[in-house]
Amino acid sequence: MLSYLGRRILQLIPVFLGATLLLYAMVFLRPGDPIAALGGERGLPEATQEAIRAEYNLDKPFIVQYLLFLRGVVTLDFGVDFRGREITEVIANAFPVTMQLALMALVIEAVFGIGFGLIAGLRKGKFFDGTVMVLSLTLIAVPTFVLGFIMQIVVGVNLGWLPVTVGNNPDFVSLLMPAIVLAGTSFAYVLRLTRTSVAENSTADYVRTARARGLGRYQVTTRHVLRNSLIPVVTFIGADLGALMSGSIITEGIFNIHGVGGTLYDAITRGESVTVVAMTTVLVVVYIAANLLVDLLYAALDPRIRYA
Amino acid sequence: MTTQFPVTNAGTGDDGLAPVDPSKPLLEIKDLEISFTTAVGTVNAVRGANITVYPGQSVAIVGESGSGKSTTAAAIIDLLPGTGKVTGGSIVFDGRELVGAPAAENEALRGREIGMVPQDPMSNLNPVWRIGTQVTEALKANGFKGSKAELNERIAAVLNEAGLPDAERRAKQYPHEFSGGMRQRALIGIGLASRPKLLIADEPTSALDVTVQRQILDHLGTMTQDLGTAVLFITHDLGLAAERAEHLVVMFKGRVVESGPAQQILADPQHPYTKRLVAAAPSLASRRIQVAHEGGQAPTELVHRAEGGQTGDVVVARNLTKVFDIRGSLFGGSTEFKAVDDVSFRLGRGKTLALVGESGSGKSTAANMVLGLLEPTSGAVEFDGVDIAGLSPQEAFRFRRRIQPVFQNPYGSLDPMFSIFRSIEEPLELHREGSRKQREKRVRELLDMVSLPASAMRRFPNELSGGQRQRIAIARALALNPEVVVLDEAVSALDVLVQAQILELLGKLQDELGLSYLFITHDLAVVRQIADDVVVMQTGKVVEQATTDEVFDNPQQQYTRDLLAAIPGAGLEGVELAG
Repeated sequence: MLSYLGRRILQLIPVFLGATLLLYAMVFLRPGDPIAALGGERGLPEATQEAIRAEYNLDKPFIVQYLLFLRGVVTLDFGVDFRGREITEVIANAFPVTMQLALMALVIEAVFGIGFGLIAGLRKGKFFDGTVMVLSLTLIAVPTFVLGFIMQIVVGVNLGWLPVTVGNNPDFVSLLMPAIVLAGTSFAYVLRLTRTSVAENSTADYVRTARARGLGRYQVTTRHVLRNSLIPVVTFIGADLGALMSGSIITEGIFNIHGVGGTLYDAITRGESVTVVAMTTVLVVVYIAANLLVDLLYAALDPRIRYA
Repeated sequence: MTTQFPVTNAGTGDDGLAPVDPSKPLLEIKDLEISFTTAVGTVNAVRGANITVYPGQSVAIVGESGSGKSTTAAAIIDLLPGTGKVTGGSIVFDGRELVGAPAAENEALRGREIGMVPQDPMSNLNPVWRIGTQVTEALKANGFKGSKAELNERIAAVLNEAGLPDAERRAKQYPHEFSGGMRQRALIGIGLASRPKLLIADEPTSALDVTVQRQILDHLGTMTQDLGTAVLFITHDLGLAAERAEHLVVMFKGRVVESGPAQQILADPQHPYTKRLVAAAPSLASRRIQVAHEGGQAPTELVHRAEGGQTGDVVVARNLTKVFDIRGSLFGGSTEFKAVDDVSFRLGRGKTLALVGESGSGKSTAANMVLGLLEPTSGAVEFDGVDIAGLSPQEAFRFRRRIQPVFQNPYGSLDPMFSIFRSIEEPLELHREGSRKQREKRVRELLDMVSLPASAMRRFPNELSGGQRQRIAIARALALNPEVVVLDEAVSALDVLVQAQILELLGKLQDELGLSYLFITHDLAVVRQIADDVVVMQTGKVVEQATTDEVFDNPQQQYTRDLLAAIPGAGLEGVELAG
């Protein structure tokens, strides 16, 4: 088990190097000169531009820039961005709120997706199942921003239950609506996946045998149907954590949240390669960690899978 | 209406262990009607069934799939699948009416009063819970109250009783760490854990190897006798039923067509269906051949023999060995597993050679090497005198059409998206055989050969029965006029009567087309009916190799004798068989 964990962490190194190199190259090859663009309409004097390039090491060859970036990763010091802010600090400011948002969305999609999916799967073909299936399909079809605006108008403005935007006050209550919107599509997928899995497992031989040995409906459902059905669902939810973090760009825009999405968007438009790559790298690490967690959870749920 | 034969009490155990009044029925099913609602209407699965089981008695319901035998059993424990509903009649258990009783009452009965041993040990234990946990569930659901230590002791006792030594360690293991036989033992233990008065055993061993089957049934028999438990067997195998139960109930298309003491039914079947069943049961057929053989009749009169036009060996396997690497850990390297170890055999032209063995004996791996689907690690397969390993890609393509396979599962080997026509035509098209019109003519011919109407062409596999599908698979194998057909457990998944029909068809085709068969099976009873020569395999090695008669009359190896003894019905001494 420990050796497995060790190997998985060692595997992170090539993935990390590959991903950062690729990202760095893509940002580097981006057309346009970010330094020239800094001056706006009037432009900057040639000497000033040279000075800035030298300050940010932009005059050095690509591979040297990349190695300097790697040094930054190791020392956890990425330098400053074009506005003079510490990039490490920028990341530290942006990630917590996005993390909170993504985790809230994850809990919402897991609890409601599995809950509704279980009921629908147990009542396959009945009214509840049909209704939920149609609603979840609608949810998948509707774009996130449409759902976001509808929620803002109905829940935020008309009913006044929740704050319409988040701004500088990212607490639990104000993040609730964005989290629901962010979870929307994934919730629908989790629901449908759980439902299919439950419907399939509830006709399994071992379920009938469990009932034949005298177990009640509740015990059979929780111990035999649900646990076995959760195996594919857990895989999906785990992989979704990464998607939720990077996919929050639209949601953060709608609700005016100063998280990873907004910061990353700004950095991309300004061509700040170090900021872009540094933030994306953190996302890559989160993604890999989530996948590792899924693999471990998988083994806990299904004893046939053992890592050695 | 069908003839209802009086259900007699003959053969009730005289061991006197049953604690209740043995003259009062434990289970009495009267005029039971069960129907399923489907998209096309109501299907009556069970129609007016009458079955009586006395305390301590063993009764077997015999019938083919779809006869309603399992449905009847499911109705007793109120676990009818899907839309199934009891629409009439009564089920009285121990003086209580079960039909229409509240669900909670029936639930209380399950496990505690009526235990069940299901059919397939592979799918009937939840893979994610430890064996011990699943035993605990059974105990706790049926009123076990006691300390943790008492519980652990009881779990170990349950598994020990079921014939699993080292029970404490076993209880901590997961189902995938058990073999099929061990799982079935665990399921028997669970079924009997709460000392039910009645045990329903639904095809308890049909998914197991024959020798394991015998051990399990022996153990089940001893255990239920010791506990005085009445047993209701559900089986498709008449030989097995007659050997293991005192009383037989034969079901056909939802009706009980005959019931009575086992020996009487075997010796003197009344209903036409029972007569056919007695005549077709492979286990009994081989017994019948043996009886006749001892009586001086030449077996050739009974067993089909092919007289091939040409002579000589069409397939020769020389010292075939196949080694698989079993992946170890990343740094630990891999271990080797010898699936087939130095196996040699010859298949004569127009003859049938049977490769016999239990699962894991390497018989299918050997067959795959003969088909050229697996490359031998060492040794060679010669087809018509040519080593198939040395064939160029073009030659290999031409070789493929001369040897064709038919696999076990007719459900799995036909593409559900292909019409029957397309399935049979595919090999012809692949080998650029004739024009589309000629190919269609050939498909008609082939369907005729396997006794299916030409109208079957436009249908899809899901519209056909198992036997029909296997006929289609045979027709497809014959499409390119092969010389050799490899039949890998080709009749194992079929009901006995269908099995008999397919075997007959194979015999007829061999006569007409001069085919050679390589017949892979675990079922010695079938071997007796079709093979000329037998190769018995065990853990990758050939343990015995002789003509069919020699193997049956004078087996040289203990393993072969075990296999022969394990044929259900082999122990029916002194029964005068009908037919």
